[in-house]
Amino acid sequence: MLTKRIIPCLDIKNGRTVKGINFVSLRDAGDPVELAEIYSREGADELVFLDITATEERRKTLLDLVSKVAKAINIPFTVGGGISTIEDVDKLLRAGADKVSINSSAVKNPQLINDLSSKFGSQCIVVAIDAKKIDNKWKVHLVGGKIPTEIDLFKWAKEVAQRGAGEILFTSMNNDGTKKGFANKALAKMSSIVNVPIIASGGAGSIHHFIDVFRDGRSDAALAASVFHFKEIEINKLKQELNNNNIPVRI
Amino acid sequence: MKKINSSLIKNKRSSFGRTGGGIAIIDYGAGNVQSVKYALERLGKNSVLTNDAELIKKADKVIFPGVGEASSAMKALRDKGLDKLIPKLKQPVLGICLGLQLMCKYSEENNTTGLGIFNVSVKQFTDQLKVPQIGWNQIENLKGKLFKGISDKEFMYLVHSYYVPKNKFTVATTNYGFDYTSAMQKDNFYGVQFHPEKSSSAGEKLLDNFLKI
Repeated sequence: MLTKRIIPCLDIKNGRTVKGINFVSLRDAGDPVELAEIYSREGADELVFLDITATEERRKTLLDLVSKVAKAINIPFTVGGGISTIEDVDKLLRAGADKVSINSSAVKNPQLINDLSSKFGSQCIVVAIDAKKIDNKWKVHLVGGKIPTEIDLFKWAKEVAQRGAGEILFTSMNNDGTKKGFANKALAKMSSIVNVPIIASGGAGSIHHFIDVFRDGRSDAALAASVFHFKEIEINKLKQELNNNNIPVRI
Repeated sequence: MKKINSSLIKNKRSSFGRTGGGIAIIDYGAGNVQSVKYALERLGKNSVLTNDAELIKKADKVIFPGVGEASSAMKALRDKGLDKLIPKLKQPVLGICLGLQLMCKYSEENNTTGLGIFNVSVKQFTDQLKVPQIGWNQIENLKGKLFKGISDKEFMYLVHSYYVPKNKFTVATTNYGFDYTSAMQKDNFYGVQFHPEKSSSAGEKLLDNFLKI
């Protein structure tokens, strides 16, 4: 049986992890490679690296990092952040990334999804969507959730799937950072209208939230950052609990 | 324990020196081939990424990876003359993911004619399931040397929208709504639908088994 995936997300700036990371065992708390190895050993199913570097040199630094991560770990990983061309994707995949995630660039140029999926295959193209519920309507937001658009979340989700996205990574900005649980209703609705796997993001605070996101939110995977970085939830224990609740996971 | 370990290392080194032809990973521009090379490095093995027919012919082991779309991958193989070479190889050959699918005679993905090593057709997953299948699923009904020391129902990482139905060459199955072929073998040709290079220690074990065939 296909299992539900647990995906820690690492924010990267200038080749280093950004948020304070509370790992006693880590020799260098800012080293993404070491952190990736630890998560991989603890049973993470995949990793996501989100590059938030804004400088000119970002691409080279990121490619170096991708290649180091690919050498070190034996589970798949996705790279996102500022990807807007076929050339960007080609270089990242060649450096060893398994998948790339595109977000604002897909909204600005939806044809990019078609171009990337026909060139590299849908399986490595993740479309990330940040959305916020305003007046009972879910609206897509750009640039890390800063800029609102009039685009309806569900229409956009359907469109990206039709254009060839292999997966959708949906972050609810209403839930992100609250630690009060994922946006399960919106996630379940998305699952009912699109046929590609959905990664839930935003709101993880407890093990129960993960049980809910798979059961009520019908998600295929769940992504979180701080609860893992600060060891509030240990991946081993999380997966054991999911298993105890009859949610299929790789243990 | 220490003694055993050091003799193991010695053995590894000496067999490495003996191999000569080494391990060739066919690089025809399809997807993330670098990962396979890195996985072999983690096993302490060097390999070359190549589309050179002579290097591929001389290699002791050939790995035929690939992610992406079938018809453009076949075109890339034809452009390099590899479509004629691969079916004639005599050494152990391991097709991974799209590599396995291209070893078949036909794929529904853009009506692609494959290499025809396995006389079976590749089909598309129906819309009743999420497509692509992405994630960790179990391999079962394991047969043969490839799976030595790997337990039934072990988890492997899969990413695919097309699949090979069960057939007489099947040496492992996976269930995604129904049982399909997750590994096949015919003579010196092996194929796996999952990605051993991304399937944690179990995947590395499988690669190690292949190198020992």
